[in-house]
Amino acid sequence: MSPEPDRAAWTLHDFDGDPVTRYLARKSFLYLLTFFVAVTIDWAIPRLMPGNPIDGLISRIQADPTASEELHGYFTESFGLDQPLWQQYLNFWRGLLHGDLGPSIAYVGSRVSELIWAALPYTLALLVPAIVLSYIAGNRVGAMAARRKVLDNTALPVAYILTATPYVWLALVLAYFLAFKWGIFPVSGAYDFSIQPSWTWEFAKSFLAHWFLPFLTLFLVSFGGWAIGMRNLIIYELESEYTNYLQSLGAPSKLVRKYAYGNAVLPQMSGLALALGAVVGGALVTEIVFGYPGIGTLIITALQNRDYFLMQGLFLFIIVGVLIANFVVDILYVIVDPRTRAGIQGS
Amino acid sequence: MAAAGQQADLLATPEVALTGEGATGEGGAPRGARSELLHFAIRNPKLVIGLSVVLAFLTLAIVGPWLTDATPFEFGYPLGEPPSKEHWLGTTSPGQDVYAQFVYGLRSSFIVGALAAAVAAVLGMAIGFVSGYLGGVVDEVLSMLTNIVLVIPTLAVLIIVSAYLSVGSLFSEAMLIGLTSWPWAARAIRAQTFSLGSRDFVSLARLSGQGTVKVIVREIAPNMSSYLFLTFILLFGGSVLTAATLDFLGLGPSQVMSLGLMMNNAVSNAALQLGMWWWFIPPGVGITAIVGGLYVMNVGLDEVFNPRLRRT
Repeated sequence: MSPEPDRAAWTLHDFDGDPVTRYLARKSFLYLLTFFVAVTIDWAIPRLMPGNPIDGLISRIQADPTASEELHGYFTESFGLDQPLWQQYLNFWRGLLHGDLGPSIAYVGSRVSELIWAALPYTLALLVPAIVLSYIAGNRVGAMAARRKVLDNTALPVAYILTATPYVWLALVLAYFLAFKWGIFPVSGAYDFSIQPSWTWEFAKSFLAHWFLPFLTLFLVSFGGWAIGMRNLIIYELESEYTNYLQSLGAPSKLVRKYAYGNAVLPQMSGLALALGAVVGGALVTEIVFGYPGIGTLIITALQNRDYFLMQGLFLFIIVGVLIANFVVDILYVIVDPRTRAGIQGS
Repeated sequence: MAAAGQQADLLATPEVALTGEGATGEGGAPRGARSELLHFAIRNPKLVIGLSVVLAFLTLAIVGPWLTDATPFEFGYPLGEPPSKEHWLGTTSPGQDVYAQFVYGLRSSFIVGALAAAVAAVLGMAIGFVSGYLGGVVDEVLSMLTNIVLVIPTLAVLIIVSAYLSVGSLFSEAMLIGLTSWPWAARAIRAQTFSLGSRDFVSLARLSGQGTVKVIVREIAPNMSSYLFLTFILLFGGSVLTAATLDFLGLGPSQVMSLGLMMNNAVSNAALQLGMWWWFIPPGVGITAIVGGLYVMNVGLDEVFNPRLRRT
C-alpha cells in the first residue's frame, strides 16, 4: 500500500477523532447496550416465568425463620412486589449499582457478591492460562499442519475429535484415569484440605496438582478448535492472489507463509471473542466434575438449592466478565490489525 | 458445550460457493453439475467417514431400543455390574440397564440437535437474509440485535432460563437452545447475502419488480443452498453439545433419558470413585462421535461444493 492514500485516510478522519478511539467507542457502546439488555433479562425472567418462583421463595422463607428477616428486607427493598413495575426495575438497577446482589439462600448469612468474589480467582486461574495457551499452541500446530501433509493427516483428526468432545466428558475421563485409577493427580478442591493457603512450596505444589487436570480439560478442547481454524485459514490464504503474486516474484516460501499467517491471525482473533462464551461454559462444568471451588461450583450449588439471588448474580457476573474479555480482545485486535488504525473498517 | 463460537471457524470458505454457478439461479444445479458433485462426494474420504459415523449412530438410535426389553428408567436389574451377555453395557448402581439408557439417550441427542438446529437455522436465515439484502437501517438494527445475542454467553442464559422454567420436554429444550444459538449463523448468512445481492441476476430480478421475499427465496437462497446446508450441520453439532451440558447440569427434561443425564447420574452416584467406567464412557463416546462425525462431514461437503478446496 502506498503511503499517500494512508495519509489521506488519516487526515480525512481526523475531524471525527482518532479512528482507534472511534472503533473502541463503537464497541463500548455495543457492550454497554448488551449489559443493559442482560440486566433487563435478569430482572424480567423471575417476573415473567410461570409458577411465580417469588411466591415459592416467600413460602420457603416462612418455613425457615433464620433466613426470614434478612430476606424479607431484601424483598421489600429490591423486589418490592407491591410497587409498580417501573419502580421495581429502577430499584433493581439501584441495588445493582451499589454492588448489592442480595443475600444468598444456599449459604445463609453470606452476600451473593462476597461468594462470587471468593470463587472468582479460582475460575480465572483455570480460564486465563487455558485460553491463552490453547490459542497460541492451536494456531502454531494448525499453521504447521497446513503445510505438512503428515502432520495434517495425524494432528487434524485428533483436533476434530477434541473439538467435538463435550468438556464434561473429557473432564470425567481425565479424572477417572489420571486421578481415581492411576492416582497421579489428586481430585476435589483446589488444594489439599490438610494445608492452609499460604506462600509456601508445599501449598504451591498442592495447588498446581489440583489445578492441572481441570486446566488440561479446557486446554485440550479449545486447542482442537484453534488448530482446525488456523489450518483452514492458512490454506485459504496460500491460494489467494497475493500469494500467487509473491510466489511468481520468487519470494522465499518462508516469507509467503509469514504473510499468510499474519492475515490468518485476524479472523482467528475475532473467533477468540466469539469462543469466550463457550470456554466459560466449559470451565463451569469442568469445575463441577473436579469439585474445583470456582464459579461453576457456585452455579451447581445455586441450582440445587434453588438460590435464585445467587443464580441471578452469577448470570450478571459471567456476562460482565465476558464483556470485559471481549473488550480486551478488541484492543488486541487494534494492535494487530493495521486497518483499524488506518480508519478502514475491517470485517 | 464446546466451541459454539468456534463453529464459524469450521466453515472454511469465506466466500460462497455457488451451487451450479452459471445456471439461471432458479432451478438449482443442472444435471451435469449434480452428477459431478456426486462424483466428488463418493471420492471424498472426509465426507464418507463423517457421514458413515453419523449414520451408524443414527441407525443405533433408531434400531437400538428395539433390541432390548429394558427401558431407561426401569429398576430391578443387578446392581452396578460390568458389561455382560445379558446387559451389553452393564448396569448402574441403582440397577438400571446402561445399554437401554444409551440408545434412548442417542435418540434424544438426535431429536434435540435436529430441532434446535432447525429453529436456529430459520432464525439465522430470516435475520441474515433480510439484514444482508435490505441493508440500511434494517441492517443496522438487526446487526445490533445479532451482536448483542452473540456476545451474551449462551450457557449463562440457558442456565438461568431453564432454572426458572424447569424444562419438561425435549421440544422445549430444543427451542431454548435454538433461540440462543442463531447469531453466528445470521452473521455468516448476512455476509453471504450481502455479496450475492450485488450480482447481476439479483439486480435483474429486483428490476423486474419482484418483491423482497420472492428475490430472497427464489434467487438468493437457492444460490447459497450448499452454504446453508453446511451451516445447518454445524448448528446441529453445536446443539448436541449444548444439550449435553444442560442435561449434565440437570437442567434438561428429567423424564426423558439423555446422554448428558447419564453423565449427571454417574457423577452423583460416584461412578468415578467406584470405577464403573461403563456408566460414563458410552454417553461421551456417543456425543463425540456424532458431533465429530458431523464436523468432519461438513469439511468433506465443503470440499465437494467448493472446487477451490478440492486440492487438499
